[in-house]
Amino acid sequence: MEAIHADVVIVGAGGAGLRAAIAIAEANPELEVALISKVYPMRSHTCAAEGGAAGVKGTDDSLEMHFNDTVSGGDWLCDQEVVEYFVSQASRELIQLEHWGCPWSREDDGSVAVRPFGGMKKKRTWYAADKSGIHILHTLFQTSLQFPSIKRYDEYFALDLLHKDGKCRGVVAMEMRSGRFFAYHAPAVIMAAGGAGQVFPFTTNGAVKTGDGMAMAYRAGVPLKDMEFVQYHPTGLPGTGILLTEGCRGEGGILVNKNGYRYLQDYGMGPETPIGSPVLKTMELGPRDRLSQAFWHEHKKGNTVETPWGHSVLLDMRHLGEKKINERLPLVRELASSYVGHDPVKEPVPVRPVIHFMMGGIDTNLNGETQMPGLFAIGETACSGLHGANRLGSNSLTDLLVSGKRSADRATAYAKETGRSEDNPTLRAQAEDIVSNVRGLLQRSGGGETTAGVRREMRDSLEAGAGIYRDEEGAQATCDKVAELHERFEGIEVNDKSNVFNTDLQQLLELRNLLDVAETVAEGSLQRRESRGAHQRLDFVGRDDENFLKHSLAFRQKDGRPRIEWLDVTITRSQPGVRDYSGGKDQ
Amino acid sequence: MSKKTLDIEVLRYDPEQDTEPHFMSYQVPCEEDWAILDALNYIKEELDTTLAYRWSCHMMVCGSCGMMVNGEPVLTCKTFVRDLPKNVRIEPLENFPIERDLVVVLDDVMEKLQMAKPYIIRKDSPPENEEFNQPRSALYKFKQYTMCVNCMCCYSACPQYALDSSFIGPAVLALAHRYNIDSRDQGKSERLDILADHDGVWNCSFVGACSEVCPKNVDPAAALQQMKIDGAKAYWLQKLPGGKS
Repeated sequence: MEAIHADVVIVGAGGAGLRAAIAIAEANPELEVALISKVYPMRSHTCAAEGGAAGVKGTDDSLEMHFNDTVSGGDWLCDQEVVEYFVSQASRELIQLEHWGCPWSREDDGSVAVRPFGGMKKKRTWYAADKSGIHILHTLFQTSLQFPSIKRYDEYFALDLLHKDGKCRGVVAMEMRSGRFFAYHAPAVIMAAGGAGQVFPFTTNGAVKTGDGMAMAYRAGVPLKDMEFVQYHPTGLPGTGILLTEGCRGEGGILVNKNGYRYLQDYGMGPETPIGSPVLKTMELGPRDRLSQAFWHEHKKGNTVETPWGHSVLLDMRHLGEKKINERLPLVRELASSYVGHDPVKEPVPVRPVIHFMMGGIDTNLNGETQMPGLFAIGETACSGLHGANRLGSNSLTDLLVSGKRSADRATAYAKETGRSEDNPTLRAQAEDIVSNVRGLLQRSGGGETTAGVRREMRDSLEAGAGIYRDEEGAQATCDKVAELHERFEGIEVNDKSNVFNTDLQQLLELRNLLDVAETVAEGSLQRRESRGAHQRLDFVGRDDENFLKHSLAFRQKDGRPRIEWLDVTITRSQPGVRDYSGGKDQ
Repeated sequence: MSKKTLDIEVLRYDPEQDTEPHFMSYQVPCEEDWAILDALNYIKEELDTTLAYRWSCHMMVCGSCGMMVNGEPVLTCKTFVRDLPKNVRIEPLENFPIERDLVVVLDDVMEKLQMAKPYIIRKDSPPENEEFNQPRSALYKFKQYTMCVNCMCCYSACPQYALDSSFIGPAVLALAHRYNIDSRDQGKSERLDILADHDGVWNCSFVGACSEVCPKNVDPAAALQQMKIDGAKAYWLQKLPGGKS
């Protein structure tokens, strides 16, 4: 096995990983950064974001208001010092991106335009039409090309962390084109490997989002935090789960049920607002958790529309007109026309809630530091406590930048202080173990299970027991099912024995990661016996601040289900209150 | 929803086992609203787990799933079963070495991407704590060129790249042009040397195949034409008395 030495290893080259790499290279060109990604950077799932990135811009807006929206949107599970820092840095990072060439949409006067977004009291979402993610990702990737100290390892699949004496010391990865293994040694590792939407059957998330970063940390003994909080985006296309941005509603699109009725007014988000004049923080601009839950109730009441792809409600954008749709929502028009045959200019588009984002992730503090010295985590793979129990749309793209920059600075300082790590027998043996485990997977035969089969059962079980609404019995059944699937995983045979771009093996390794993530989602759903934000229990209605104003921490147990511990939420200035989306008073 | 069974021939090649590429056939029961990528995923899950291909987003933005479908370079997530005949042939993107099955080696274009210096180059500092002012008219000048997802379909369609892979090629040249005409950039002269030499714009024969196949409606051919004019201007300016040469 070849050894590679670097000062900082970054796993994942999406928005967060690239932002971190640039930050290190700009400030410390003498430090070597190894940037490992299982796909070419421009394939990373940041590309799929549509609506935009939040940062206070208007003179009528304030950091205080962005803070309050985020904390109440997160149902007070946010760590408030993290939110304070985030809102203070948001616009600075978005301006930085502008200086690097991001093609933000513009106002008439040539300044960057902002649009309304769900749960936000002011217009503060910077956007590039409805392709904000791809522009942010390509801007970062292209900008990174000027820094020779960033050494990319494209299409290298990271397997597991190297650690010694409780400190992270590197990572082992497999080069896809050769099947060769590499041990990366570095004092600091930044995990930026994205979310885990693929743990569910119906998701906006690309095939790459298999929770690799979360699972690697979890297997190394680092806890995953708040994993029961999984966001359903209210407007995905039925069938494919393709995202139609919240920007559709930000620009004035409305949601109606089969009777043409704007049903959101029945779920605490009314009164109805005039069509074509969206009012911030109410009705269609309520938060994602509330909108997705409203769909669930409408479905129960028989008010949804039957489509060839299952039950849906309708997103009506016709009143926006062709010109505005083409200018602000061109991708939405193309996607809806191509995949469900509905042109939003001419007819309402069927939509339904779809798994979109993990609020939970590797437990970190504000600096991206995990409980394991030397291991940092940023972006969706991390849980710093920013998003709480429900993320507001457009906060996550900004978080990639803010957390990427902040933890890069910390990792740099840590790497300098610690110095390059020496190759040593303990780490070599650990790396060999990781590799022989993978080779073992390749050689197994005769178990009778398939990757696709086990994966399908896992996904269906997660949807059944850890979906929009949960209860004790369902969550328990999912915990049991995932435990069973962990065992059956051992019976999966890899048919492809090639060393060259072996996606059969890769999908098995991704399934291992998904199963590790799945057990934490299920266990958290079971043990959080209250309803808060995106976690709703039919048998424990309402928020229980006395017992559960706490983060859950899932620790891996070698045999058996994860152990859950509870950690207090950091409150600096906003005591838990009522989430009010009635459009009335200023919350 | 009605089904449509496709007879799909897929090019297979494992350099560890095969001396040369060969076709394998699969019968795939497709839903009528499937993209051809869904059919590949069906093969992978149900018929043959050894098939290798790249994909991720399934929504036309990650650029991973470019392949030849019935001889045309396309994104397979935006090529629909309803628009295809019963017999479908899927091959890796033309003009690239095959790494494995439908996966091609992208090293050449990735290196060229770097050569184009696709980032904002400034001689002076940007405004402090605020964005550049950029009127919409200035944004619209270069905006279409930012839509490229690097799917490499244009390289497969490019007759010049097929003849001589030292040609920098459509997507990379269009990207260089995108930065050259961005009102925030001051680095055009730094890109001139790389782009105006024999591997750059002059090699384009202006067939326009790149623009025709682009799944994101980018028009690299227009960018190349504009760069030729700019390049010629720069060349003659150098020849004038007082011009740098």
